[in-house]
Amino acid sequence: MKNSPKNLFLSLKKFLGKKVLTSNFQNNEITLVLELSSIKNTLKDLRDKKEFNFKQLIDLCGVDYQEYKAGAVDEKRFAIVYHLLSLNNNQRIRIRIFADDNEFPIIPSITDLWPGADWYEREAFDLFGIMFFDHPDLRRILTDYGFVGHPFRKDFPMIGKVEVRYDPTQNRVIYEPVSIEERNNVPRIIRDEGIHNG
Amino acid sequence: MAEIKNYTMNFGPQHPAAHGVLRLVLEMDGEVIQRVDPHIGLLHRATEKLAENRTYLQSIPYMDRLDYVSMMMNEHAFVMTIEKLLKINVPIRAQYIRVLFDEITRILNHLLWLGAHALDVGAMTVFLYAFREREDLFDCYEAVSGARMHAAYYRPGGVYRDLPDRMPQYEISKNKTSKQIKTLNVNRQGSLLDFIEDFSNRFPGYVDEYETLLTDNRIWKQRTVGIGVVSPERAIALGMTGPMLRGSGVEWDLRRKQPYEVYDKMDFQIPVGKEGDCYDRYLVRMAEMRESNKIIKQCIAWLKTNSGPVISKNNKVAPPSRKEMKEDMESMIHHFKLFSEGFHIPEGEAYAAVEHPKGEFGTYIISDGANKPYRLKIRAPGFPHLAALNEMTQGHMLADLVAIIGTQDIVFGEIDR
Repeated sequence: MKNSPKNLFLSLKKFLGKKVLTSNFQNNEITLVLELSSIKNTLKDLRDKKEFNFKQLIDLCGVDYQEYKAGAVDEKRFAIVYHLLSLNNNQRIRIRIFADDNEFPIIPSITDLWPGADWYEREAFDLFGIMFFDHPDLRRILTDYGFVGHPFRKDFPMIGKVEVRYDPTQNRVIYEPVSIEERNNVPRIIRDEGIHNG
Repeated sequence: MAEIKNYTMNFGPQHPAAHGVLRLVLEMDGEVIQRVDPHIGLLHRATEKLAENRTYLQSIPYMDRLDYVSMMMNEHAFVMTIEKLLKINVPIRAQYIRVLFDEITRILNHLLWLGAHALDVGAMTVFLYAFREREDLFDCYEAVSGARMHAAYYRPGGVYRDLPDRMPQYEISKNKTSKQIKTLNVNRQGSLLDFIEDFSNRFPGYVDEYETLLTDNRIWKQRTVGIGVVSPERAIALGMTGPMLRGSGVEWDLRRKQPYEVYDKMDFQIPVGKEGDCYDRYLVRMAEMRESNKIIKQCIAWLKTNSGPVISKNNKVAPPSRKEMKEDMESMIHHFKLFSEGFHIPEGEAYAAVEHPKGEFGTYIISDGANKPYRLKIRAPGFPHLAALNEMTQGHMLADLVAIIGTQDIVFGEIDR
């Protein structure tokens, strides 16, 4: 079949050449890890070139790789994953780029390519603290007004850091450090053998 | 000359037309909207973070609570992603049951949307009619899962159990006489499938009723025709999916284009709009309800004549039956491991999406080989729709904003996650 994901995978690898750092074809899904420096031009090509035609940005999300495989992978910590969809060719691809700096991760914004990216980038900034260069309005979106920290980072505790209550003496809602303890009934275990032999 | 200034207005988060907890900061020029700044996140529960700290099976009930008007569809996307990563097959009967309940869920969702949208625009009756039918469908949910809303019925490898042979009936209580009970139980004499079949025979008539109330209604048309127009190019660029995209004339439906389960065996049409305004999206959703009803009938016909297992026999993923568990040592160990440690997913990543009533609902799982997802991302269809609110309301009056919120079918459970 001309239109198969496998063929698209091969033609993408051919077209992008050295810009592809690693690539993966699994479960009929294409994953490309691309170079950060030329990402905007690459994405523009993928959107506009007739054979790719990825006109729709389905999803954009941040990932924090700090504890991946219990910390086996260090180096670059933050990544952004784009899911693109081509309505004409009925194809999907997944593109991942890693931010260079772990302390201040910064990635070019793609709001001028896909206007729908606006809120997705705000979300990734809010939850992971990833900055988007050239984003028109990079504010927090999901967390509370005046929230401190980036809650989806792996080093942010699941129970949070502050709790709120109404203080009748001060007649207002006040923030205090959390009083509950984190509880985890099922430990996280990595088994290399997976499910089938386990 | 007096100086005329724009003024800023706050809308919500407690407002009957805000569909939950939407806060909008509106910049108004008289009654014309200049800019809308939606403030979301008031229902943010960090579902994705919670899922990272729980086993896969424990996360399924969280999926129900995302888009709390189309519960089983959310589960469907999640279990499909797990099945993709584990490469397990779903028995054919489970696939039919899933399609059946997906379409029941679509009708449930569209009925709520229709009622709420009409209520926002000023028609009270439709809301009452729509909730009358929703009641029957909730009973179907209850019959298979025991819960009227948050079912947790879809499991990796199939569905939790087979459809019941007997539809639960009303019982005599101090509030209802035996005569009333008899009329309530008329269509509950047979199995669940008989009950759904009865519903699917009645349902086209109900849709006709709603259409009589709205489709040619002058007030309804004045409030929706030409409001919130989105061109097909913009709809694609803004990431719109589902009825929002089809209302603009783009024929795109995952059930047809990237079929999952047994949708490729189903006979149905994809309704498409023309103008891309609120009225067209209304027509698209109304037609979708009729199409869903057709799919339900096809599923019932198959399910009545075919039997078989409804969950995978692979006990590493799906639990063994209670009987096996009591008799067989290995089954007991499987059961114990499955509900304590949970199953492990080999290292990898996958994205699977379903055609949710609101658009494309997908989940993206990154696994590092553990019994919990390393990262779960939920692609909620309402999120890009609400992001486009500013563009859709440009130059409209304040009252049209309410119609546009209605047409977007906003549910905060999925947008805030």
